[in-house]
Amino acid sequence: MIQAAKHEKVLVRVRINGKLYAEEVEPRRLLSDFLREDCGLTGTHVGCEHGVCGACTVRVNGAAVRSCLMFAVQAADAEITTVEGLSLHGSRHPLQDALSECHGLQCGFCTPGILMSAAEFLEEHQDPTTEQIEEMLSGHLCRCTGYKGIVEAIAKVAKEQKDR
Amino acid sequence: MKPASFNYYRPSTLEETLQLLLDCGDEGKLIAGGQSLIPILNMRLSSLEHVIDINGLRELDFIRLEEGILKIGGLCRQRSLEKSPTVKEVAPLLSEAVPFIGHVQTRNRGTVGGSLVHADPTAEIPLSLLALDATAIIQSAEETREVPVQDFFITYLTTDIAPTEMLTEIQIPVDTLPKGYAFVEFSRRHGDFALVAAACLLDTDEDGTITAGRLAIGGVDAVPMIAQEAMDVLLGEKLTDALLEEAGQIAAENTDPEGDLHASREYRLHLAKVFTKRAIRKAYERSLQKLGGGTQP
Repeated sequence: MIQAAKHEKVLVRVRINGKLYAEEVEPRRLLSDFLREDCGLTGTHVGCEHGVCGACTVRVNGAAVRSCLMFAVQAADAEITTVEGLSLHGSRHPLQDALSECHGLQCGFCTPGILMSAAEFLEEHQDPTTEQIEEMLSGHLCRCTGYKGIVEAIAKVAKEQKDR
Repeated sequence: MKPASFNYYRPSTLEETLQLLLDCGDEGKLIAGGQSLIPILNMRLSSLEHVIDINGLRELDFIRLEEGILKIGGLCRQRSLEKSPTVKEVAPLLSEAVPFIGHVQTRNRGTVGGSLVHADPTAEIPLSLLALDATAIIQSAEETREVPVQDFFITYLTTDIAPTEMLTEIQIPVDTLPKGYAFVEFSRRHGDFALVAAACLLDTDEDGTITAGRLAIGGVDAVPMIAQEAMDVLLGEKLTDALLEEAGQIAAENTDPEGDLHASREYRLHLAKVFTKRAIRKAYERSLQKLGGGTQP
């Protein structure tokens, strides 16, 4: 059993984008703050901090989840992918190119979260309908684009995947 | 926004968990998916003394079909329920209801048991399990109880579970479930809290006469409710537009919704009628299809 009293720090070891991190944090430390403040991975954005906006979405053991609705201590021993992990070897993820080409972003605040959700979505859907893409995107708020470009970008990558 | 400090425990067995609950008494709180609890803590609407994290209890993360009973572990994720071919086959009402819950990103973490115990009056899981006549298995260090979901809800966010107890399993008797089913709901935007939701299960004979059924409505009272009187007018009858109108009217009259900034009382009453009718019609049509024919009303 893991146990920590109030204000007592616990050691959290976690693999993020293939690299091992070990940091001491209080159990109340949100995963989103852990990634940004303790690990220095500021690609994950923090918007509403109560699970509505989707900006902080990361992948924990493959599943896209809100990092503001998890404590860092709960991610101990997990494999996490953040937006930094999408372009590890210097080349952009096809979704990143497509968002750029389809005008799927303006200010870019929501983009990291959308990328993480869309990456999981495309692994599970070989030939998604527009409706399915929109349903997945319902978990993300974008105040710039009106979503049209984002839907187009995801559909574009899906089609490229299928044609390959 | 940061939650206030708490004492944290992450037990690795059910036995440890139940003992912790006993030791912490009124001040202990379980966290499973945390998709309702963590927002409350982040916004400091509440603070906790002891947080007992049950995410290490892998033994409670299961979906099993045993002798006509669908058994869902307390820690089963909503996403697992959504993807389960077993659930789709034996309790398709659940498969239809789950996509309405929040978003895929919250369903990846949120649990079935957590939603039932949280008992939001507009939530999909409590409503579906009520319609399915499920039973909750509640355990403490001292005893194990079986509580029919029908008797589980007390009022807003309050259920028949003591601070020292936890929900470990949900059981649904699937052999006797009616073949027609429907889950419908209305919300302002996809993934928002439902204003009104309705779940219906129906069986018909070869003539299209309704022989059995259950109807449940959510969002119209402090707890999800069974609309028995509306179902009673349907039993022994074939569905006609007039009968459907009557059932919808009765269902709505028996609800007592409160108005809030999302919808007025009058609007919720209107929705209760409309969505009850939609649920009944859809379940009826599916029941006829299962029989392989029959005329549609």
